[in-house]
Amino acid sequence: MILSRLAARPILLVAGLFLALVLPWMIYPPVAMDIACWALFACALDLLLGFTGLLSFGHAAFWGGGAYVAGLVAVHSGLPFPVAVLAGAAFAAVLAVPIGYLSVRLRGIYFAMVTLAFAQMVYFLVNQWRDLTGGENGLQGVPRELFGLDLSDSFVYYYVALPLVLAGFVAVWRIVRSPFGRVLMSIRDNTARAQALGYPVDRYKLLAFVLSACLSGLAGGLFAIGHGFASLESVYWTTSGQAVMMVVLGGIGTLWGGVLGAALVVELNDYLVTAGFEGIGIVTGTIFVLIVLVFRRGIWGTARHLLETRSGGRGASPGDRPPGGAPDGSPAPTEGVGSPV
Amino acid sequence: MDGAVLRAQGLAKEFRGFRAVDGVDLAVAEGSVHALVGPNGAGKTTLFNLLTGFLKPSAGSIRLGEHDLTGRRPEHVARLGVARSFQITSLFPQMTPREHVELALASPTGLTWRFWRSHRTLDRHAARAMELLDQVGLAAHAAIPAGTLAYGHKRALELALALALDPRVLLLDEPTAGMGVEDVERTVELVRKVRAGRTVVMVEHNMTVVASLADRVTVLQSGRVLAEGPYAEIRHDPRVISAYLGDADAVH
Repeated sequence: MILSRLAARPILLVAGLFLALVLPWMIYPPVAMDIACWALFACALDLLLGFTGLLSFGHAAFWGGGAYVAGLVAVHSGLPFPVAVLAGAAFAAVLAVPIGYLSVRLRGIYFAMVTLAFAQMVYFLVNQWRDLTGGENGLQGVPRELFGLDLSDSFVYYYVALPLVLAGFVAVWRIVRSPFGRVLMSIRDNTARAQALGYPVDRYKLLAFVLSACLSGLAGGLFAIGHGFASLESVYWTTSGQAVMMVVLGGIGTLWGGVLGAALVVELNDYLVTAGFEGIGIVTGTIFVLIVLVFRRGIWGTARHLLETRSGGRGASPGDRPPGGAPDGSPAPTEGVGSPV
Repeated sequence: MDGAVLRAQGLAKEFRGFRAVDGVDLAVAEGSVHALVGPNGAGKTTLFNLLTGFLKPSAGSIRLGEHDLTGRRPEHVARLGVARSFQITSLFPQMTPREHVELALASPTGLTWRFWRSHRTLDRHAARAMELLDQVGLAAHAAIPAGTLAYGHKRALELALALALDPRVLLLDEPTAGMGVEDVERTVELVRKVRAGRTVVMVEHNMTVVASLADRVTVLQSGRVLAEGPYAEIRHDPRVISAYLGDADAVH
């Protein structure tokens, strides 16, 4: 049992890596790049949603913020694109400090609403600051510079950018399986108990928020460089919604689920656009509702659950299971605490 | 009272006009076992949550030795040396008992900020964790998910977690709640064993447990202190007896 489990993980990793390497051969390379970026974004969001129990509805601010800053650095400095992308990630992390500070103490839907409100403020600023951001037209003409290499071919860009995406995945994986990640999961499962053990839960949530934002900014920066421009849509709330949808679709708290959800949504969007179909939202929305109704754990979560119940085994490590259905993963204890005797 | 390690003065908590705790003075002597008893709705659990920072008092103050605990957050209260167990067993269902205790032991170290390290680094606390689990009789169950533990074992894990913080004051919220006679006896033995060198405050309904463990008893009713003293005195206090009418089996 344990041996098969140990064996299963590297196989998944090898398969994932293999797929990442051959993807541009299988599908249109720019779409492959989009999938890679959205997958990283979804994983970064899952770090909060699945492992900390916080549903952020404002991550467009970090994805889009990363996109604009990476674009601006690339346009105005002419530095190699990885520097621009990392600058975007750093900006997203810095932006997340005040937003996270003001929102992590809120629970459930209130946290979601406040993050949404901040993200819309960022959208408003980006839209108004035309001289810098290009307003509604977006930031055009972002170059892909890397020591004079010719990256104009999307196929080449995919392979040059892939290490950064993979580094992002490794970071999420490491965070989830670190002492810090263990505390995050304990906060998710039982906030009151974590506090009683002496853990300042808001500060842990804040760091998780900043890390998640930083990785979202990394993904957004790579996306903007890949497209050659940063669009206003990247900071709009629909972007946040799409990322949440990808995570829920694939399976909250599974990491792989975010990747799968991103691949499905991006591929489906691309298919519908190519087919000239107008009502993309209706199709993706319907699929989303169906999946959520039928498979509450998401696609990956449901598949793993079936495998686990069939083999009769328990999960490997505590973080491997999704926190049930609720986005705010904290169960009863705080209610018991707050009520009079 | 001099030598009080934990002291509450004029402590009050109001919920939308309802005073659940209404001007309670409490002085817990260093090294003693202090029981809080009272009928349902007397304010025991609210008082507990005030003492541990889970509720902010509407009025009054709380001191732990030289520290002012009033209005502090639960994690600060825990760090300063007041550890608690929960009345409703409150664990992380997917973690094993050993992982629980390791997490408790790691809490003051700063190790848990390291998001770039492997969670296996928490194993550096494994030896001490196993010691504590052994102390509460859980060593044999150290590696199964806490969600699958028997009820008595979950309660024992609650105790181990509180002990892992090496607190000055140990607050036990109904440590024998919902237990059968055998588990109650085991828990009493356990508390007797771990109280050495510690101060214990416990909310407890079971008067046999109070009689065998408590040095002093504070009786609460309607959010106020009705009586306070050694168990032998308290049990004959006419006010206490009348407060327990209708709950007659509570005082033997």
